Amino acid sequence: MSSSKTVTVNFGPVHPAAHGVLRLILDLDGEIVERADPHIGLLHRGTEKLIEHKTYLQALPYFDRLDYVAPMNQEHAFALAIEKLLDVEVPERGQYIRVLFSEIGRLLSHLLNVTTTAMDVGAMTPITWGFDEREKLLDFYEEVSGSRFHAAYFRAGGVHQDLPDGLTDKIFDFCNNFPKALDDIESLLTENRIFKQRNVNIGKVSKEDAVDRGFSGFVLRACGIPWDLRKSQPYDCYDKLDFKIPVGSNGDCYDRYLCQIDEMRESIKIMLQCLDKMPTGEVINRDSKIAAPKRMDMKNSMESIIHHFKFFTEGFHVPEGEIYTAVEAPKGEFGVYLIADGTSRPYRCKIRAPGFAHLQAFDLLSKGHLLADVPAILGSIAIVFGEVDR
Amino acid sequence: MSKSIEVAKEAIKKNCNPIEISDDFNQLQITISADKILDVVDFIKNHEACEFRQITDIAGVDFPDRPKRFEVIYHFLSFRHNNRLRIKITISEDEIIPSITSIFPAANWFEREAFDMYGIQFKDHPDLRRILTDYGFEGHPLRKDFPLTGNVEIRYDEIDKKIIHEPVNLQQDFRSFDIQSPWEGTNYLKEEKKNNE
Repeated sequence: MSSSKTVTVNFGPVHPAAHGVLRLILDLDGEIVERADPHIGLLHRGTEKLIEHKTYLQALPYFDRLDYVAPMNQEHAFALAIEKLLDVEVPERGQYIRVLFSEIGRLLSHLLNVTTTAMDVGAMTPITWGFDEREKLLDFYEEVSGSRFHAAYFRAGGVHQDLPDGLTDKIFDFCNNFPKALDDIESLLTENRIFKQRNVNIGKVSKEDAVDRGFSGFVLRACGIPWDLRKSQPYDCYDKLDFKIPVGSNGDCYDRYLCQIDEMRESIKIMLQCLDKMPTGEVINRDSKIAAPKRMDMKNSMESIIHHFKFFTEGFHVPEGEIYTAVEAPKGEFGVYLIADGTSRPYRCKIRAPGFAHLQAFDLLSKGHLLADVPAILGSIAIVFGEVDR
Repeated sequence: MSKSIEVAKEAIKKNCNPIEISDDFNQLQITISADKILDVVDFIKNHEACEFRQITDIAGVDFPDRPKRFEVIYHFLSFRHNNRLRIKITISEDEIIPSITSIFPAANWFEREAFDMYGIQFKDHPDLRRILTDYGFEGHPLRKDFPLTGNVEIRYDEIDKKIIHEPVNLQQDFRSFDIQSPWEGTNYLKEEKKNNE
């Protein structure tokens, strides 16, 4: 397999620049990577198997634990799948809240990824600034769902609860201040000579390869393909919002970085529009027995108590059928293929994680580059092992 | 329904003679026999009415009661026509199906995953190893007859100073509640009825 001058190096399974538990077998010729063989699955928790044994409601929190830096985006895909099978409408306010929090998720993910990647190539400051902003966003998560990461906030048919009083003002303030913080981060990176030397022309992918290798999200867009599911196959209220799709041209690490930065600016635009257009009203569809009854109703109505009991023990039934729904998660196309057999538990739930396809192409991305570029490439494709290993 | 789905549907109907073709929820799905998978995949990738250039996923599904136990479902995406397509094939436990990695390189890991989780064998796959489970893992965890708690557990042995594998020892029996509504007939009632007959 290896000639006398190749050295095989074991990168990981625990390595600070691997962004999780990845074992990379690297064949090196001097410092040049000749072959990279990622061994994944060290964080495999059998999510798909567990979901088969839970009701639809109980299965939802597992989605937070996939891409744990942007939890609600995953829930969104699962909620959409159930809604389509049940054929229920989401109230408009529910749609806007979901889109608002999906975009917060996008900011969470990109902030973490851009700044940690910068740290991998030697820039220490952005991560402290980026995490400062993330903290504010996580506070929004906490206010709305009670937890900072594992929110379990989206439901089939809408969201769990309405926004607490005053939250929209806080988000509005954040949206006004965030571009300044982003400018600060950019001032340290975008034109930074060292950062450019470490990223420009590193991990370059052609358009054809990107399509062949199953790329999606900003990794695909950085190669120059303007493809975004929020535009091409809009879900919830994305078709009523005005935003642009940042597209790169080179398909290298630097373009992927730029795409993420621009996407954050677009996300802020979307969030402001959501706050502006958000109507009042219900946040979850209460007509079709897929939402728990209101607490007040349970005080007065026997029917509601029965419904409450059945809802949390048996769960709601989803009619037989199969469906694939995908959302534009921060890292790319996150899909859920759901087979329902008419009971209150999914028969099969296949999760399509964008990172899985991206990491698969790691050999292609890193071949011929230096060992020191491996963390830069790994960071630029935004690998999170929660979703890769499932 | 969008026009491009109609066009793709007609083209597939004419050229691939699928066993079944449907477009529930505006999603095109075809069922074909396993030996034709390479031809069909090649067709849908290159024919101008389809141009499904990207493979998004491969999912295995287990139906233990059926004579042909597994379903393999390939998901494709066409950027040009903004369509999705699912190709479904049904195979029995000992059947080997051709790998599509020669046409879609991205199918590599998806097929490895199907092999790992269900034990589905792919012919001419460049590197058919387990992917998500542990080194030396036995069994295929997503099969319906594989227990949720698994078969072995690992721990670090203080005396031997190494990690050892042991059969799973549950402190409390595994509980699976029968949550079906009594109005629809719980499973134990159904079983009793069956036994009486």
